[in-house]
Amino acid sequence: MTMPFYVSPEQVMQDKAEYARKGIARGKSSVTLQYDAGVLLMAENPSSLSKIGEIYDRIAFAGVGKFSEFDQLRKLGVRYADTRGYAYSRDDVRAKGLANAYSQAMGEVFTREMKPLEVEVIVAEVGDDTLAGHEHSAIYRVQFDGSISDHEGFCVIGGAAEELGSLLRAEYRDGLPLRDALLLGYRALQRAADREPNVTAENLEVCLLERHRVGRKFRRLDTDTLRGHLGT
Amino acid sequence: MPISFGGRYQGSSFNELLAVDHTQLVPDWRQLCDGRLDLERVPHGTTVLAFKYADGVIVAGDRLATEGHRVASRDLEKVLATDDYSLVAIAGAAGPALEMARLMRIELEHYEKIEGERLELDGKANRLSQMVRANLPAAMQGLVVVPLFAGYDLRRRQGRLWKFDVTGGRYEETEYEATGSGGLYARESLKKSYDASASREQGLRAAVQALSDAADEDRATGGIDVERGIYPVVNFCSEAGIERAGDDEMERIYREILATRRRIPARVAPR
Repeated sequence: MTMPFYVSPEQVMQDKAEYARKGIARGKSSVTLQYDAGVLLMAENPSSLSKIGEIYDRIAFAGVGKFSEFDQLRKLGVRYADTRGYAYSRDDVRAKGLANAYSQAMGEVFTREMKPLEVEVIVAEVGDDTLAGHEHSAIYRVQFDGSISDHEGFCVIGGAAEELGSLLRAEYRDGLPLRDALLLGYRALQRAADREPNVTAENLEVCLLERHRVGRKFRRLDTDTLRGHLGT
Repeated sequence: MPISFGGRYQGSSFNELLAVDHTQLVPDWRQLCDGRLDLERVPHGTTVLAFKYADGVIVAGDRLATEGHRVASRDLEKVLATDDYSLVAIAGAAGPALEMARLMRIELEHYEKIEGERLELDGKANRLSQMVRANLPAAMQGLVVVPLFAGYDLRRRQGRLWKFDVTGGRYEETEYEATGSGGLYARESLKKSYDASASREQGLRAAVQALSDAADEDRATGGIDVERGIYPVVNFCSEAGIERAGDDEMERIYREILATRRRIPARVAPR
């Protein structure tokens, strides 16, 4: 009879975390910033498969890492939000609840499954001035092991998150107009692609949650609009 | 890799999602229909209509809901946008009909978000017919929901409209259609005023005229309530999206129609 090797739980967790980090580091980064009239989500993405998506009236999603995995998470988010909004009211669908649900589900996979998820996600919510108590925007980041954090102003996920985070910490200001926020995010993603800096309007995916829009506040910027803003 | 929030459903339909993972949320009117339900106490919507005009399609409805011979609501909205380019107009039992319209709206939004693309107008109409069919058991008991569906087809660049029957039968109409208790009169009115190349203004006039005619003949259809400032809903759906006629223009058109119809009553000589 063969005896299985003993591996300490710590070692197992460490190995899984390392595996997940490596997977995420291979991919590109994604930046989420608050600007004066909403929240801006940007990702370097040359393909037509989206990394950023609409979840609900005021909530958007961004994922990095393995597409099939974060896209599953995005769809789960849409199902969660639509069901909640149908059962209660549209204003009851909040980013915090969704980020918590992601945290639970991703943590569960991390502890139970052999292979951890190789993804990180952002759940962003834009404030609405017409709803007392809901005026503030929020950005939540959920990592591969289910750890969750909230971020004031901006958040970066993906391979070069640390490095871009320090760039944004130095240059981010509250209340940036859209154009400035776009340029800042663009410069950050350009820096992430340092080895081959060829980020152009064509291979950027940019979405907005616009505070003053009525109803569904999510909007995807097309390449021409984006080019106009970036002046390229 | 199984990632889930506890549900099993993987597709892109909200109705199916409810049926698979949230059965407690599926509206089920059957249990209400055990024969003890007094249909006279259920609010019913009355007249709605849709017809094509030069830029697309116009969808309109009066605002009254009735419970038997009583007024249930004077300002019910029976024409509802299901997305930026389509509308549903409902007649019949108001509760199930409004819920169906709400579900239809969520269904289209859900599909768009999951798939990253909108359904084609044909696909939307087909989806609605399936929802009407699902309501058949309730319809058999009297809770009939008969919507009209209309929208602007961005691929074919034209307005289109459909009517449905209780079995989910779906019929595309080429010109105009009206349904509800005053539907017959509205249809007769539209038959005479219909013009495929009508301008926005002419279309609005035809819609107000048809609704006035229906209100004139059918006691359950609400006319134009100038006293309370309650006007019918008239929506224009074109390539530019959906636009609702303002109360000012409704009142202006209504007064113009009144002026053309006013007669000096013939006096009968006293004996």
